[in-house]
Amino acid sequence: MSYPEQLRYTAEHEWARLEADGTISVGITAHAQDALGDVVFLELPDVGTALTAGQVFGVVESVKAVSDLYAPLAGTVVATNDPLAATPEILNSDPYEAGWMLRIEPSDPAAYGQLMDAAAYAALVASTAG
Amino acid sequence: MSTLKRTPLYAKHAAAGARFVDFGGWEMPVQYQGIAAEHHAVRTGVGLFDVSHMGQIDVQGPDALAAVNALITNDLNAIKDGQALYTCLCREDGGILDDLVVYRFSTARIFICCNAGNRAKVAGWFASHLGADGSGLIVADQSDTFALLAVQGPKAVDLVAGLTAGADARSIGRYHFAEGTVAGIPTLISRTGYTGEDGFELYVPADQAEAAWDALFAADPSLVPIGLGARDTLRLEMKFALYGNDIDEGTTPLEAGLAWVTKLAKPDFIGKAALLAQREAGVPRRLVAVRLDGKAIARHGYPVVDAEGSPIGVVTSGAPSPSLGYPIAMAYVPDGQHAVGSTVSIQVRNRVETGTIVKSPFYVHPAPI
Repeated sequence: MSYPEQLRYTAEHEWARLEADGTISVGITAHAQDALGDVVFLELPDVGTALTAGQVFGVVESVKAVSDLYAPLAGTVVATNDPLAATPEILNSDPYEAGWMLRIEPSDPAAYGQLMDAAAYAALVASTAG
Repeated sequence: MSTLKRTPLYAKHAAAGARFVDFGGWEMPVQYQGIAAEHHAVRTGVGLFDVSHMGQIDVQGPDALAAVNALITNDLNAIKDGQALYTCLCREDGGILDDLVVYRFSTARIFICCNAGNRAKVAGWFASHLGADGSGLIVADQSDTFALLAVQGPKAVDLVAGLTAGADARSIGRYHFAEGTVAGIPTLISRTGYTGEDGFELYVPADQAEAAWDALFAADPSLVPIGLGARDTLRLEMKFALYGNDIDEGTTPLEAGLAWVTKLAKPDFIGKAALLAQREAGVPRRLVAVRLDGKAIARHGYPVVDAEGSPIGVVTSGAPSPSLGYPIAMAYVPDGQHAVGSTVSIQVRNRVETGTIVKSPFYVHPAPI
């Protein structure tokens, strides 16, 4: 399972990426998509939605399970990956690029640096595997 | 921590890359390569399911047939020796204790297959109602004696027939069974299943389960192991009830659309009076097949609501249908609102989604080419 070095991670198995314009892209990790299995449904918030850190921003469903999506940090949704809702299986094949879900304008840019790095996240996954 | 039971095939599942789940106290494979791929393998090729967690009860003695027939809703007198039937087992009040497949070896031997989660309850029910009073009946829980392998899919008959001796697997009719050997292993070969596909359920001695598993894969390299995830989507597409989801002790066969296995003209069986009374008074709710209009999935426990948003029913099973490409569900709705074509509203998290009641099964197998 790959966890790219340039991303940050949460204990809820979302990834975050700092973009050149200061916004934060958000998706789910390779581990999350693997645990879910075949993803079949995705529900994302509207652009303009204000999120607090840890707030549920959407829902992802696989054949067998429904799982909430949590905002890695506080901010405002400035873009969503709308084509993804029509082809949510992309989350299984390409969770880190084509599978991005939304971009957040963070209310505190420093919050990004406080998220887990790849090594810490990999350790978390390893410690909960079983 | 782990007190989950394992079938004799646990090591085979682990070696095949299974992901496991707790199912009724059993550590069972939920998927191997993925639910959708496994589902399609059964619809188009052949798949192998380990359902050894299910229970088996053997009833032998004079008038075993009559004694079992007095407990079940379906009628063993309507079939011949060598045939099986699907039935409910009810409490006095008509609540469903379990749904069973019952095998008629003879009037003196009836063999019963019950759900894993109900093994102790059902075995106790049969033991306490039969054989306690000098009837001469012997009721034996043989659940640990047998492993149960389901071979299902359009290629299942060729696969099993090629390994069978002592019986002609191809000539075993639907819901018939025969005794023979499969790969040299003594097997009760049953032309039954829970997928809507042709195929067999093979009862083999537990200590030869691994040999049977290996022989089946060796005989057909296209055989795919199937987990409980795809078992669930396959049965849901057929609107086959799953005990604990769609039916339980709080539902009756009449509510669950199982009147076809409930022979109220039969002389007597436990629950008959209550079911007759319910039919007389009016069956209050009906288990229906629902096609969701959108892409959202209605899952077990989601409320069916009226125009004001008040609960009037409940979803009992739901999944995206791998064969059909849209979400399907089973739900209880009030009697009178269960006609095919009716619209139902389902509370899915913070939204109300609509669906349409459709004919069952959801999925109809394409005609053979």
